[in-house]
Amino acid sequence: MSKSAILSSSIAKKYWMAITGLFLCLFLVGHLLGNLQLIFKTGEEGRRAFNEYAYFMTHNIFIKVLSYATYISILFHSADGLMLAIQNKKARPVNYVYNNPSANSSAASRKMAVLGSAILIFIVLHMANFWWKMKYSSDPMPIHTYVVSSTDQTGQPKTDTLYYTHTPSLQPIPTNPMIVVKNGTELYFKDVNVKVGDAYKDLHKIVMAFFGKSVNGAPTNEYALFAVILYVLAMAVLSFHLIHGFSSAFQTLGLNHKKYTPSIQVFGKIFAIIVPAGFAIIPVLIFLSR
Amino acid sequence: MASKFINISLKVWRQKNANAKGAIETYKLDNVSTDSSFLEMMDQLNEQLINERKEPVAFDHDCREGICGSCSMYINGRAHGPETGTTTCQLHMRSFNDGDTVYVEPWRAKAFPVIKDLVVDRSAFDRIQQAGGFVSVNTSGRTMDANATPIPKDDADKAFEAAACIGCGACVATCKNSSAMLFVGAKVSQYALLPQGKVEAKDRVLNMVRQMDEEGFGNCTNTGACEVECPKGISLENIARMNREFLKAALSAE
Repeated sequence: MSKSAILSSSIAKKYWMAITGLFLCLFLVGHLLGNLQLIFKTGEEGRRAFNEYAYFMTHNIFIKVLSYATYISILFHSADGLMLAIQNKKARPVNYVYNNPSANSSAASRKMAVLGSAILIFIVLHMANFWWKMKYSSDPMPIHTYVVSSTDQTGQPKTDTLYYTHTPSLQPIPTNPMIVVKNGTELYFKDVNVKVGDAYKDLHKIVMAFFGKSVNGAPTNEYALFAVILYVLAMAVLSFHLIHGFSSAFQTLGLNHKKYTPSIQVFGKIFAIIVPAGFAIIPVLIFLSR
Repeated sequence: MASKFINISLKVWRQKNANAKGAIETYKLDNVSTDSSFLEMMDQLNEQLINERKEPVAFDHDCREGICGSCSMYINGRAHGPETGTTTCQLHMRSFNDGDTVYVEPWRAKAFPVIKDLVVDRSAFDRIQQAGGFVSVNTSGRTMDANATPIPKDDADKAFEAAACIGCGACVATCKNSSAMLFVGAKVSQYALLPQGKVEAKDRVLNMVRQMDEEGFGNCTNTGACEVECPKGISLENIARMNREFLKAALSAE
């Protein structure tokens, strides 16, 4: 009895929704803090900080565990949510001819499945645009290079384009035909096949280009305005989903208490506005500063 | 307040029997006293229908004082009509205006099939209640002195508030998922809070929730509509308590 109850009963399904939902709220905070580097640090410094951060997020073992927990949560939250929505539809085979649900409940609370589905579509597009490119795309990612100005022996100004590397190399590695890139980021001497360093993938450039800002004259996404609008809309949908979802998760977990519930509800509303707004401001600022 | 008479247009769900396909029928009803209750207005409609040699509208009613939970009507898109904290029998025609169109439909849920017109079969609630089982602690015969079992006043009050549930089904009717969580939450809470009810607390919550799922009620989305429409003001706290009791029981029951 108890075994099947914890897996299949209506309340257990809601428990899983609440637990995965709250975990995804934590993920949102982490993701937002990482993304905010895109606007708080500018220029070459910001680019380095963001690409180092992207490298850390794809190579740290602890982050890997968290990222798999996030993937599983997204999949489980979606599948469980779909299952609940289907059951809920079946529970009322004949609808009311005349119904007035806005008299007793908020629109966000009644549209969780629709809002959630829209968010899932956004996540798929979002991951195709950035995550897939960073991790799996067969197109080689752009490599982080930067330009330094100096003077040569004759006193003439000259510029060098160098790779930004993370494994210690004896001296800066210039971009020239002598150096070839293998396996995405490994730098080799072409003739002797000796590895001289590891470069960073330039996710920063991809993000900037996607939202319309050119870095060092690189080509940008011609539909950048469309991408920005869609991103902001998706964050509005996320906001509505969270406005109900955050405090609802606590109620489902049985955490309803006269002393704490009002604070949880207020915090949930603030969270539901601040976090999506924080995400939405990033592409807007990138687009405006193009 | 001086009584007035109003003329209304009624759109009532008519369905011959459980298997028939129902439809909304429109009736004009004149000279309805604003002092009459909604059920008295329905009686007036039925008298008119009988005089016209038509089949009267079947609807459930019993006590007509707000405690039996029989008068299940979905009026103008809301369970028990536009007022909160009332059953249909406590709803008066003064809540409507002259010339209003009033929709009257039965509760809509897979677990509450329509028997005829506005009458639905709510025996699913009885089966959930039965699945909860008995309280084995003797409360009659050679009983202990009541004061020998200390119960905090707060707990007693909360149990009493939960026990105020009349099983009318408004929570199911108004829930977008036809979920019975408020009803089951109240029935679990009224025992779980008291020492006599703690003896069978684990089995009770597991069995009642299992029966609730088997009856085909939907899941809870915490929209809070049930709490608003409940004629007895049963709080969502009871659903949270059921969820806690359920987790405790599901993890520890053998």
